[in-house]
Amino acid sequence: MWGPTYQAVMAIMVTSTKKLPTRGIGSGGKRPGPNGKQPGGNGWHSNGGPSKRRFSPGAYRITMWVLLAAIVMMFAALSSVYIMSSEEQRRAVHMPPMFFVSTVLILVSSWTFQRAKRSLQQQQPRAYLRWLLATLGLGCGFLVSQLIGWRELAAAGVYFAEHPRSTFFYIFTALHGAHLLGGIGLVLYLVLRRGRRILPLNDELNVTWTSIVGIYWHAMDGIWIWLFSLLLIFK
Amino acid sequence: MSAETHEGVHRHPAPTGFIRKYIFSVDHKVIGIQYIMLALAAVAVGMTMSLLMRLNLSWPGTSWPILETLFPTGAPGGVMTPEFYLSLVTMHGTIMVFFVLTTAPQGGFGNYFLPIQIGAEDMAFPVLNMLSFWVTLVGFIVILLAIFVEGNQALGQAFSALGPSFTGGSGTVGPIGGWTGYAPLSALGKIAGPGQGAGMNLWVISIAIFCVGSLLGALNFITTLLNMRTKGMSLMRMPLTCWAWFTTAVLALLSFPVLLGGGILLLLDRIAGTSFFIPSGLYVSGLLSGSNPNFPLHTGGSPILWQHLFWFFGHPEVYIAILPGMGATSHILATFARKPVFGYRAMVFAIFAIGLLGFFVWGHHMFISGMSPYSAIAFSVLTLSIGVPSAVKTFNWLGTLWGSRIRFTTAMLFALGFVSLFVAGGITGLILGQSSLDLAMHDTYIVTAHFHLVMGVASIFGMFAALYFWFPKMFGRLMNERIGQIHFWLTFVGVYTIFVPMHIMGIVGMPRRYSSFGEYEFLKTLHPLVLLVSVAAVITILAQVLFYFNVFWSIFKGKKAGDNPWEATTLEWTTATPPPHDNFAGVLPTVYHGPYEFAVPGAPNDYVMQTDVGADVPSGNGHNGHKH
Repeated sequence: MWGPTYQAVMAIMVTSTKKLPTRGIGSGGKRPGPNGKQPGGNGWHSNGGPSKRRFSPGAYRITMWVLLAAIVMMFAALSSVYIMSSEEQRRAVHMPPMFFVSTVLILVSSWTFQRAKRSLQQQQPRAYLRWLLATLGLGCGFLVSQLIGWRELAAAGVYFAEHPRSTFFYIFTALHGAHLLGGIGLVLYLVLRRGRRILPLNDELNVTWTSIVGIYWHAMDGIWIWLFSLLLIFK
Repeated sequence: MSAETHEGVHRHPAPTGFIRKYIFSVDHKVIGIQYIMLALAAVAVGMTMSLLMRLNLSWPGTSWPILETLFPTGAPGGVMTPEFYLSLVTMHGTIMVFFVLTTAPQGGFGNYFLPIQIGAEDMAFPVLNMLSFWVTLVGFIVILLAIFVEGNQALGQAFSALGPSFTGGSGTVGPIGGWTGYAPLSALGKIAGPGQGAGMNLWVISIAIFCVGSLLGALNFITTLLNMRTKGMSLMRMPLTCWAWFTTAVLALLSFPVLLGGGILLLLDRIAGTSFFIPSGLYVSGLLSGSNPNFPLHTGGSPILWQHLFWFFGHPEVYIAILPGMGATSHILATFARKPVFGYRAMVFAIFAIGLLGFFVWGHHMFISGMSPYSAIAFSVLTLSIGVPSAVKTFNWLGTLWGSRIRFTTAMLFALGFVSLFVAGGITGLILGQSSLDLAMHDTYIVTAHFHLVMGVASIFGMFAALYFWFPKMFGRLMNERIGQIHFWLTFVGVYTIFVPMHIMGIVGMPRRYSSFGEYEFLKTLHPLVLLVSVAAVITILAQVLFYFNVFWSIFKGKKAGDNPWEATTLEWTTATPPPHDNFAGVLPTVYHGPYEFAVPGAPNDYVMQTDVGADVPSGNGHNGHKH
C-alpha cells in the first residue's frame, strides 16, 4: 500500500526530469519574451554561441519598467499617507493657479514627445530634434512653473512646515520635480546623441533609448496628474 | 555612449590593474565577494554588540574596565548606562538586518552566482552593479559614523557644526530607537534624549542610502534574470536559488521605496520642523511641545503612521533575508541527498506565495499599537496563511531527504540546520501571529527568540551553507571540513541553547529591551537561565572565530578543488574554478536538463549536468522510487 502511494506521489510531485512545457510561462517556446523577440531556445539570451554581448533592447525596457515600479511604490506610499491622514491633520489649502499651468505644460510635453517618436519612425531627423527640444523646453517650463507655484503658496501663507497638509504640497512637487529632472536629463541625452549624429536615425540603440525615455516621461506625466488631482480634489 | 558600444554594449575586457580588478570592479563575481566581505565585517560588529548586551544582562553592575576606556561617558566606572545598552540594541538590530542579512545572501551570493547559474557572462548592467555595492558601503560607513559621533565627545562636537540637530557625543553607541526607529521619539531630535541628535540623523540617512543601493541592485537582478538566460535555460529549468534571488529582488524593489519615502518624511520631521509623525500636545523630557525654543510646536502628526510605513517595508524585509537561504538550502539538500528537489514546481510557487503574502501582513507587528479588531483579524488570518507555503517548503525539503543516502558535508549540515531552525522558529510564529496571544507576548523575550531563530540565525545558517558549498568555486580551494564540522556543531547547539530558554523567559513575562531586571522580583528566579544564555552566547561567538579562521586560512591554504567537487549539476559547476572573467571562457553553455537531475536511472553517473547533451533521460515517472 505504502510503496505504490509513495511512488505515485513522487511521480506527481517531482517534475524535474519531465519534458519541458512547450507553451505558457516558463516554456519560452511559442511566446515572445518581454523584449518582443522570439527566444532563441528556452532561454531568451543569445544562442549558446560565443559570449559576445550584444546590445539588448530588452534589458533597457525591463529595467525602465522595473524602475518605474519602484518610483510608483514610493509615491503610492506617500499618497496613502496623505489619504489616510486624520481629520485633525486636514486643512484645505488653496491650489496655486500656477499648478494648473504646470499641468497643461506637462500634458503638452507628453504630446511633443510622441511627435518626436513619430518623427523617428518616419525618418525625419530634423523634426525629431525639433520635437525633442520642444519637450525639453516644456519640461524646464514645468519646473519653473512649479517654483512659481511655491512662491504663490508662500505668498498665501502656506509654508513648508506649517502643518502636514501644507508640507505635502511641497513634498509631492519637490519629489516629482526631482524625478522629472532625471527625465529632462534623459531627453537632453537624446538631444546630445542626435546632435553628434554618430548613428543612423533608425538605429536600434536610438530607437530603444527614445522609447525608454518616452516611457519614463509619460510616467512622470501620469504621476503628476495623480498628485495634482489628489491635492486638488482630496482636501 | 558612443559608437563602439553598439557592437557590444557591456562587453568589457578583463581588467588588469589592481584597482579596476579588485576595488572598482564591474565583474559581478568580485562585487559578490565584496558584498560578502562587507557582511563579514558588519556581522563582527553586530556580534560584538550582542556580546556586550549579554555581559550586561547576566552580570549587571559588574565593572568592565575596557568599556570605561572605550566609552568613558557611556560606561562610567566600566558599568553600562541603560542608554548605552539601548543604543547597543538599536545598532545590533540595524547592522544585522540591513548590512548582514540583506547584503550577504542577495548582494553577495546572488551577485556571484545568479549570472553563472543562468548562463550569463555578467549582470545586465555591470556598472550599475558596482554602483549598488559602493552606495551600500557608504551606507555602512554612515552607520558606523553614527556609533562614533555619539560615542566620542570630540567627534560629536565637531558634528554639531552641521546644525543644532546634529549634536552628538551623548555617550551612547548610536541612536536609541530599535532597528524600527519608532516615532515620535525618533522624530523629535535631541530633545528626546541621549543619542537622538546626530546619531539618529545619521541612522536615518544611512537607511535611506541603503535603500537606494538595494534598489539599484534589485533592478539589475530582475533584468538579468528575465533577459539574460542562456539557450535552453527556461524559467522552470532555473535552480531554486535563482527563483529565490529573483523573488527577493522583487520584494526589495517594492518595499524599499516605501521605507525611503518614510525615511524622507522622518528626516524632514527631524530637521525641517514638519509634523508627519509628531502628534499635537506632545510632552517629552519634561517639556510641552511649543513651550520651549528647543522644542517647537508640532501639530497633527501620527506616530502610528511611521509604524505602517516602516512595517510595510519591514515585513517583506524579513523575507528578503530568509528567501535566499531557502533557495540555497533547497539547492544544497538536493545535491548532497543525491535526489531531485521534491516538488520543484511547488517550491517555486511557494517562494512566490511567501513573497506575495509578505506584503499583506505588516499589521501583525502592530497589534499592540492599537488597531481595529477587524483589521487585527484580517492581519492574523493572512499571517497564519503564510504557514501554508512555508509548510509546503518544509515538507518538500523532507521529501527531498526521504530515503536518500545523505553526504554529510559541512554545507549539508548547515542546510539541515536551516530546516531545523526554520521549523523551530516558525512554530512560534503561529502563536505570535494571533492578535489575542500577541497582545500578551509582544514585548517579551518570546518575540526575540522567535525572530532570531526564524529569520536571524536561520538565514545565517543558509549563508554558512552557501559559503561552505560555493567556496571551492569562488576561491578554487575547499574549506577545511573538520573545522567546519566543529563550527557547525558548536553553532547549532549554541544557538538552540541561546534561544530556546528565551521562549521560557518570554512566557514568564520577561520584557524585551530592558537593560536589567534587578527590580523585578518575579524575574529573579530566571537568572540562572539568563546566565546560561549568556554563557552559550559567549561560546557560540567564540566558535565563529573558528569560522573566520577557516575562511581566511582556506583562501590561501585550503585543499585545491576541482571544477565540480560536489558532483553537482548546475551551470556554475560546468565552468572553470574559479570562473574566468566572462564566466564561460567565451562560449555560453546550452542547457538541456532541469537543475536537479540526481539519481537518474540509466545515466552513466548518478547525476546529469544541465549541459549534458547525450544523457538519455526518461521523461518523468518513477525514477524517484529508485532505491539505492
